[in-house]
Amino acid sequence: MPIPTPFHTRTEKLCTSYRWTDWAGYCAVCSYQLPNESEYYAIRHAAGLIDITPLFKYQVVGTDAGAFLSRIMARDIGIMGIGQAAYCCWCDDDGKIIDDGTVFRLEENLFRVHTGEPMYAWFEQFKRGFSVTLEDVTESIAAVAIQGPTSRETLKRLSDFDMDSLAYYHVTAGRLDGIDALISRSGFTGDLGYEIWVKNADALPLWDALMAAGKPYLLQPAGLDVLDITRIEAGLILNAVDFHNAQHCLIESQKSTPFELRLGWTIDLERDPFSGQRALIAERAGGSRYALVGLVLNWEEQEALYARHGLPVQVSTAAWRGGVPVYNREGSRQIGRATSGTWSPVIKKNLALASVENAYAQPGTKLKIEYTVEYQRETVSAVVTPMPFYNPEHKKD
Amino acid sequence: MTQIAQPFHSNIPAQPFDVVIVGGGHNGLVCAAYLAKAGKKVLVLEQRHILGGAAASDEVFPGFTFSVFSYVVSLFRPHIVRELELTRHGYSVIPLECTFTPFPDGESLVRCGDPQATRREIARFSPKDAEMAPRFSMAMTQMAGFIKHIIDAPAPDPASLRIGEVRRLLDLGRRFKALDGDDRYTFTKLMTMSAVEFLDLWFESDRLKGPMSVSGIIGTCLGVRSPGTAYVLLHHYMGEIDGAFRSWGLSKGGTGGVSLACARAARSFGAEIRTEAPVEQILVKRGNAVGVVVKGGQEIKSKAVISAADTHQTFFKMVGEQHLDKDLIRQLKRFKYRGSSAKVNLAVDRLPEFSCKPGDGPHLKGDITIAPGVDYLEKAYDDAKYGDFSKKPFLDIVIPSLTDPTVAPPGKHVISIFVQYAPYHLKEGPAQWPQKREALGDTVIDTLAEYCPNLKDSILHRQVVTPWDLEQDVGLTEGNIFQGELSLEQLGPFRPVAGWSRYRTPINHLWLCGSCVHPGGGIMGAPGELAAKSFLKS
Repeated sequence: MPIPTPFHTRTEKLCTSYRWTDWAGYCAVCSYQLPNESEYYAIRHAAGLIDITPLFKYQVVGTDAGAFLSRIMARDIGIMGIGQAAYCCWCDDDGKIIDDGTVFRLEENLFRVHTGEPMYAWFEQFKRGFSVTLEDVTESIAAVAIQGPTSRETLKRLSDFDMDSLAYYHVTAGRLDGIDALISRSGFTGDLGYEIWVKNADALPLWDALMAAGKPYLLQPAGLDVLDITRIEAGLILNAVDFHNAQHCLIESQKSTPFELRLGWTIDLERDPFSGQRALIAERAGGSRYALVGLVLNWEEQEALYARHGLPVQVSTAAWRGGVPVYNREGSRQIGRATSGTWSPVIKKNLALASVENAYAQPGTKLKIEYTVEYQRETVSAVVTPMPFYNPEHKKD
Repeated sequence: MTQIAQPFHSNIPAQPFDVVIVGGGHNGLVCAAYLAKAGKKVLVLEQRHILGGAAASDEVFPGFTFSVFSYVVSLFRPHIVRELELTRHGYSVIPLECTFTPFPDGESLVRCGDPQATRREIARFSPKDAEMAPRFSMAMTQMAGFIKHIIDAPAPDPASLRIGEVRRLLDLGRRFKALDGDDRYTFTKLMTMSAVEFLDLWFESDRLKGPMSVSGIIGTCLGVRSPGTAYVLLHHYMGEIDGAFRSWGLSKGGTGGVSLACARAARSFGAEIRTEAPVEQILVKRGNAVGVVVKGGQEIKSKAVISAADTHQTFFKMVGEQHLDKDLIRQLKRFKYRGSSAKVNLAVDRLPEFSCKPGDGPHLKGDITIAPGVDYLEKAYDDAKYGDFSKKPFLDIVIPSLTDPTVAPPGKHVISIFVQYAPYHLKEGPAQWPQKREALGDTVIDTLAEYCPNLKDSILHRQVVTPWDLEQDVGLTEGNIFQGELSLEQLGPFRPVAGWSRYRTPINHLWLCGSCVHPGGGIMGAPGELAAKSFLKS
């Protein structure tokens, strides 16, 4: 049975929809209200507050901490500066992805790693020969993400440090309304946003301080349903949805490599050995079989399919996940699968994330995607589109 | 980013142009974007210092941006958003969460997107109405689906025997036939009945019929019991956001945000836009429009002129009666404007607290309607019939700063109040409006303060916009927000003059693209789009 997060006594009062889900063993809010559109628009036009406590958190300390994480991650963690945050992934020996997450370098020899799945055992197996301590701090740290254009102004009212100097993908220790916190400029929405990490005991005072400071900036709590929409708009992939931990895969075709997932930009190949290095070097030389792409579905064709049944086109207010076949332009051969998608209220388009054969991955390539209308399986055209789909200027300002 | 528009006097554009568009409201800008996208050399001339016409945002008081005139978006055609890629240019509409109607006896009604919550709310007044409401919505959705085909194309001309016109009429006939029997009756009733009579067919509770009937009178000088208002009800049901009918939204940055997105799209396709460029004359030579004269005497030559201004402004102010035959003058003069609405925009230091529903819950994030019953609305109309503004007006209120932090300083708010009736034709004459402006403002505040006792103390600034101001400032004749009433005899092939539904006028190379042509007003963009497409076909 899922357990409450340290914010639960606040979130349960606000969750008037009673829509909860299990996220890594915690009760997590799907949506606070019904309908939940305002949570989405809060993130895109004001700010949303999301309880992200269920992320797994590991503390890595020791003189070899940087080298140890570099041995695990496809990214060269050792070269990160203090106060830097990095998105990265890690692989098995065959170069197949295990999970992705973020790493913060807090001090020369102190790192914090955040993952979607429990990773203690995976990380621990690399410890041999490194002077390092690995500690699972998941249950002692509470975390919230504050995401959206007014998130910085909200935090400015509480912080004892210069929020403007906290650059994109950087992290700092500071006090918010007197509460010791780690504040990272990161998130899963592709918007301006921050994640705040505090001791469990400080969770409720932090929530209250944020909600009060955020009121004039139209901050409101947001659930996972709208987070899913925003992460697809941002072109961000999700473990167990858009890819699978290689350890959980029964067959090879279920596994992916970082190159196939368009994470090549996070990989530093030429350096000391790391897990999966040899396979990734070979893949770079020989090319990848698949590529993750963004698809935009053809609206007119969707409208026509509905019109055939005498119906207006129906737009789902939630993101979808689960495999949908993707075909070549002619519709004669399946060349991949769409793994998640959503109607984007800001872009006004139906979007999908898909893994397709590499030959079909060029932007502008026309494909077909399965689309069911009134229980009938049809296809509509979709165009390969560069991601992120939504990339506001203020994200990195 | 490059400036969207420049003042005319500081940057007189190099001529000639294929098309000069008179008026930089949203329709003029949509028209410009389509024409420029098709490769035409286009110049838009806007008289004011800001773009948008009646869909404009203005920082009237420091830190407070008002949607000065029009205030909600719903009818804007989704395919225009796609075809002009308006989301790339900043188009963003945030749906309103609900409709909240306070009543003087301390009761209230909240209708929202949660069907069960709405059912429970309505059932407090009538269990029967609670079950009828979704059925009514379905019927209206069917009607809107039918009407959609009419508004997304030029209106078929029933008097024309041209093959294309006949085919379009037949097509419409087929669609009508495709409606099931009940829906055909519903449509016929909609075209003939009053809003209240139509609602009487479905509902019993006055608490529901009051706020529902107001869609039938917006922008018309008719009462909720006047025949023909049922259709106007439907016109407002056609709003479409993300495929869903009947949803209204607030444009980010005010309604001017829509116009600016259209302007940016037009610029991206190469259109030139100038502000502070009032067109004084449309040059007509031997029955052909050949250009315009901007205030100050500058002539701009073009192969065609498309006017986004209404027919009165276009023909009587800019073309001149000497170029029009008598019959045409008579027809144009017969076109009814009769503006009947006003706006009060407030900057406040705190949210209004409704005594019937205290707190700042989601009810404030929607549309707040002071329309507590049918008789209330009909009495409001009685005042207008005899040339006065309503002593107890119908108010439609939104608080955009609750969803859009860009329109007010943190913690402060803007309140937009649409007011009806404020008839242009006061019994003392329309020119008396400036003397009555503040009295109207006081009446509106007093009316709302009956429901929100904290309102008066919260007001930092107040702006009152009368129909007279709409005429003087934006050029809307008689202050009609739709550039001519949306009454049945002024719709479709009859808008603005029978046989003109193809956007051409009897003057060669002079076209119309404003709300005065089919399919009419509201921030819809369709007249601008359809005019451009018809022009390109010609």
